[in-house]
Amino acid sequence: MSIRATHDLHKRRFGRNLGVGLVLAAFIAIVFGLTIAKVSNGGMTFQPGTEQN
Amino acid sequence: MSDASINASSIREDEAGFGDYFALLKPRVMSLVVFTALVGLLAAPVTVHPMVGFCAILFIAIGGGASGALNMWWDADIDRVMKRTRGRPIPSGKVEPGEAMALGLALSGMSCIMLALATNVFAGAFLAFTIFFYVVVYTMWLKRLTPQNIVIGGAAGAFPPVIGWIAATGSMAVEPWLMFALTFLWTPPHFWALALFMRSDYDDAGVPMLTVTHGRRATRVHILVYTLLLALFAVGASFSGIGGPVYLAVSLVLNALFIRGAFRIWRRDEATSEADNFAVERSFFKLSLLYLFLHFGAVLAEALLKPYGLGGWG
Repeated sequence: MSIRATHDLHKRRFGRNLGVGLVLAAFIAIVFGLTIAKVSNGGMTFQPGTEQN
Repeated sequence: MSDASINASSIREDEAGFGDYFALLKPRVMSLVVFTALVGLLAAPVTVHPMVGFCAILFIAIGGGASGALNMWWDADIDRVMKRTRGRPIPSGKVEPGEAMALGLALSGMSCIMLALATNVFAGAFLAFTIFFYVVVYTMWLKRLTPQNIVIGGAAGAFPPVIGWIAATGSMAVEPWLMFALTFLWTPPHFWALALFMRSDYDDAGVPMLTVTHGRRATRVHILVYTLLLALFAVGASFSGIGGPVYLAVSLVLNALFIRGAFRIWRRDEATSEADNFAVERSFFKLSLLYLFLHFGAVLAEALLKPYGLGGWG
């Protein structure tokens, strides 16, 4: 099988890599958004007497 | 690496694309998981931050998808035989079984940990138990062992509203278990109708579906009996914590239609069914999808109306 510069395989691999990239970017955005929500919602506040230095 | 260094013989024309890996997560089953978990989360008597709620549903859905990938990995041999599943990524040769297993295990771990972090440890642990139940108890153990596989395995598909509720409240209550029971009782007639019109699929694969072990006549009887039990429970639930006038109206109409469908299936013989290519069985199967969707929609409507003094009976 000959591999041309624009073989269908390249398109499929590009699509796969793009998909993984977008999923990772979305995961980062979700973790960031969740952290903001937890902090602003008081979900990550420390109890009195357990504050970190 | 340049193209010149690629060994042409190692290149597969049908190499998997991103969509093939996504298909491992059984997107259609995932939509049921998302909807029922969402109803469980929104019906809970607490307010959840929208971002936390979104994350909870997302990670429950990913957990459901991960168990789907593990199911496809384990069942690749029977998927290859059945017409309905022959086109799945592993039997069609696009994805290697080991890849599906790795994806399933990675997403299982990630979804449970992230759900625990986003909501509470109880919810994360319950999601882990659900994945274990679906993959180990149903897929690996019961599916090839007993004709009651669908009945017991149906529990796995019924857990999402319970997880949604726990994610919101951090505790257990009766209401999510009523939603669990609704899906649990709905699963057998839904799948047995499918088994009737998929005919020889399960037979060829050696899966002990009721149609194979007890015959098609017995399956028709079972559909009717389970539908009657489901109808009794579904209408009775109108007077419980998840019910109300809206739910009662929806449930009465749907159960009347569902019983009618089950009764028609029970009355038919194989010759009549084959003559019209299982039209009644197919329409019953379609109705079953609408049945569950609208019942959960009614539960959601009752929960959303409550703050305005309209939902429920009081």
